[in-house]
Amino acid sequence: MKILICLSNVPDTTTKIKLAGDNSAVEKAGVQWIINPWDELALTRALELKEASGGAITSVTVVTVGGADVEPTMRKGLAIGADDAIRIDAEPKDAYYVAAQIAEVAKDFDIVMTGIESSDYNSSAVGGMLSEFLNVPSVSSVSKMEIEGGDINVTREIDGGSEIVNVATPFVAIVQKGITKEPRIPAMRGIMMARKKPLNVVAAAEVEALTEFVSYELPAAKAACKMVDAENVSELVSLLKNEAKVL
Amino acid sequence: MDFNLSEEQIMIRQAARDYAERELIQDVLERDEKGIYPTQHIQNIAELGFMGMMVDEQYDGGGMDTVSYVLAIEEFSKIDAAVSVIMSVQNSLVCYGINKYGTDEQKEKYLKPLARGEKVGAFLLSEPEAGSDATSQSTTAIEMDDHYLLNGTKNWITSANYGSIYLVVAQTDAEKTHHGINVFIVEKDSPGISLGPKEDKMGMRSSDTHSVMFTDVKVPKENRIGEDGFGFKFAMKTLEAGRIGIAAQATGIAAGALDRAIQYSKERKTFGKPIGHHQAIAFKLADMKVKIEAARNFVLKAAWLKDNDRPFGVAGAMAKQYAADMAMEVTTEAVQIFGGYGYVKEYHVERLMREAKLTQIYEGTSEIQKIVISRDLLRD
Repeated sequence: MKILICLSNVPDTTTKIKLAGDNSAVEKAGVQWIINPWDELALTRALELKEASGGAITSVTVVTVGGADVEPTMRKGLAIGADDAIRIDAEPKDAYYVAAQIAEVAKDFDIVMTGIESSDYNSSAVGGMLSEFLNVPSVSSVSKMEIEGGDINVTREIDGGSEIVNVATPFVAIVQKGITKEPRIPAMRGIMMARKKPLNVVAAAEVEALTEFVSYELPAAKAACKMVDAENVSELVSLLKNEAKVL
Repeated sequence: MDFNLSEEQIMIRQAARDYAERELIQDVLERDEKGIYPTQHIQNIAELGFMGMMVDEQYDGGGMDTVSYVLAIEEFSKIDAAVSVIMSVQNSLVCYGINKYGTDEQKEKYLKPLARGEKVGAFLLSEPEAGSDATSQSTTAIEMDDHYLLNGTKNWITSANYGSIYLVVAQTDAEKTHHGINVFIVEKDSPGISLGPKEDKMGMRSSDTHSVMFTDVKVPKENRIGEDGFGFKFAMKTLEAGRIGIAAQATGIAAGALDRAIQYSKERKTFGKPIGHHQAIAFKLADMKVKIEAARNFVLKAAWLKDNDRPFGVAGAMAKQYAADMAMEVTTEAVQIFGGYGYVKEYHVERLMREAKLTQIYEGTSEIQKIVISRDLLRD
């Protein structure tokens, strides 16, 4: 059994986002890039499953759509323990474009795992689209995944509880927090090995993006917090009415 | 000149940061308060490869360079310098010494388990009457038929209790003064070794520090490192490398204090605005940042020299003296920024200040570093 993990290359979650002069793009200079946190959890879980599988899971591969600048992030995936990596040589344009590109290489895998969203664009779309392209089932909001023998059970979060789904391969698992405790920290040996593992670059497929980013806008600066004395209810009401205009 | 870190170095720094921020932070206050040894953490960082980072790969080490090592030490020290001192003694004194000067047999037998982190090492140089003055060793090792007989007392030994492989410096021939000093690999469970009580230290309380007494301890001859009389040089060379690690530790302690001070300066308000908006505090933060960055550059330069097989003794001494004194200043300022909150344990900065103090004392006091630096300046 072979597992494919879709890794998105995203700015570190503490990055102070700046926009390029004409608001047409996010400024990349000075940004520290990381593996999308949900994807990192998916990779960690896949490695745990592989280690516990007694050889039934033969490989864990990571795939990223991006230029050569995403390779350090991919090698982090290899350092954590993935066996090999595939970089699809194209700038990701939108979720449809990314899903279509990944679909080209995902056909050979039994389980494809994606994070539930990426922490940059948060469109939560690639996993579902990918399963459509592949014409295989997808299970979303996966918070647990167990494989025993050939039996795969995934737990997904639903309103007010969770449900356990028994699923046959091939399928796409769209995972969220809870899939594993913490992302795995790469060990020294893994870091040393990362450059020696295969990182295959494949040409992009001919795909048209369906959407276009027109411009970006930063959220409005947070307004200062006004403190009102607990005894002074009339001031609070007055502020809510006249200043915040919510009453 | 290239100030870029390699991809691997960045990954190592991040791995250390992740472990420290995720795991060490959980129980650092309790371990400090109660003086609990970080057994599980040492095991965990060993599994990640941090306990034998710079040892050659053929001896089960990580094969990493000194730059990677100081980056990792700094990250651990931001959160917990007690863990980083155990790591520092292991890597830059014990493993470094055996890796560089040991025989293949010694490396097979002792370096491999150390590099894998299955065993923890200790470096036994200081004595009740010989700290900075390492030439006046009163511990003796008398040469017998097939072994040396070791007698004496060593003081201030990090990892004395939890460590199991000792590097012991002893006088084998008093007449030859420092040319009559040797260093031996001694297994802690050898008959005749006893420990003093655990020292009740001001800081780094989670690491175990004891005095160690040797009474007629037999040490196999093959456990001597290097030629007869190599011990003093071994100790000086090893300490040269060790200083870089402690300089990195001091930098990390200071950087950890600054991180906390910045956070606090944004949250704490006086006179209607965050204290960071008062110039008195803002300038303190700026001064702290400048000093930390200067120390970090010192440390990286010394590490780079070592990695490039250039002399690094003076660079290491400058790094350690500056970083240690700087850490004391910066952590003291951090406590000042926190005011009363800085003086209680919950906010960490008083602990960092206690930890900083030790960096001025061990592995060569700041004054000893100035001797090293000034002698080099005045040498004809």
